Amino acid sequence: MSTARPDVTGIEAPVYLHYHFTAGTAPARFLVRLREGLLSGQRCPRCAKVYIPARGSCPACGVPTTEEVLLPDRGTVQSFTIVHIPIPGNPIEPPYVVANIVLDGANISFIHLLSDCVNEAVRIGQRVEAVWRPPEEWDYAMDNIRHFRPLDEPDVPVERIGTLPVSGPAVPR
Amino acid sequence: MAITEKLSQEFELGFTYTRSTGPVVGRFLTGLRDGRVLGIRGSDGRVLVPPPEYDPVTAEALSDWVEVGQEGTVVSWCWVSEPRASHPLQQPFAWVMVRLDGADVPMIHCLQAPSAEAVSTGARVRVTWVAEPRGHITDIRCFVPVPGGVS
Repeated sequence: MSTARPDVTGIEAPVYLHYHFTAGTAPARFLVRLREGLLSGQRCPRCAKVYIPARGSCPACGVPTTEEVLLPDRGTVQSFTIVHIPIPGNPIEPPYVVANIVLDGANISFIHLLSDCVNEAVRIGQRVEAVWRPPEEWDYAMDNIRHFRPLDEPDVPVERIGTLPVSGPAVPR
Repeated sequence: MAITEKLSQEFELGFTYTRSTGPVVGRFLTGLRDGRVLGIRGSDGRVLVPPPEYDPVTAEALSDWVEVGQEGTVVSWCWVSEPRASHPLQQPFAWVMVRLDGADVPMIHCLQAPSAEAVSTGARVRVTWVAEPRGHITDIRCFVPVPGGVS
């Protein structure tokens, strides 16, 4: 008789959301450029802020953005967290650093992995550069960049993060 | 620059939640696992299935357990002609509000029936169980009509 089994104290209640994502004009341009090893943003015609990845309009001004701006693959740590807890399905072994990185010439950050570093030494304002996968592995995907790694450059003062000019050629090295 | 490529991709976002059931829902699910349907008696004497932890009138904690029958009466229903992947049955079925014998309120579950014409308010139905119950509402695989049964 099954009544000898312990009482039920919990259940699995997973939720799965199935998406079919189609990139719009601006995200498609970002992804097509990314497959070429280029980081493509857009500049707002009104406030001149540069967004990457661009969504096709300025979130502050509400106007369409069409001007493409190619950005270098170096930037600054705007914020970061050290992940100690494994996430199901994520192959990266904790502890690892996830950082908000602002590329030089951009005014908004995106999230990426920060590696080849001493986790405890990561700091806001730290200079970083992209480490790309080999070109033959490039796809329409942000993980064409394997991760970012520290650059041996002076830190950027907090008030200047996200305001730097374009720093160099917009081509992967 | 004109982008002519249409970029589309399927992807799945999953939230692998687990939930603690608490003493009342846990006991209800334990009952299902053991092939029994348990309700709880409220302060007004009504037998409530599935059992709530607290009385709907007085908000007092409830503990007066009552096993109810595995047959009941359809109080309300809705035919699903095109089941979706997450539905409990993959052929057309009915969502039904079933008041089990011995209970005073209906509970929602699914009813397997050959067609919408075979379902009616007042129809008699009974529980069918899955082969390997695990302590989940889906241990009741579905309800099925009781032949000739209309109350």
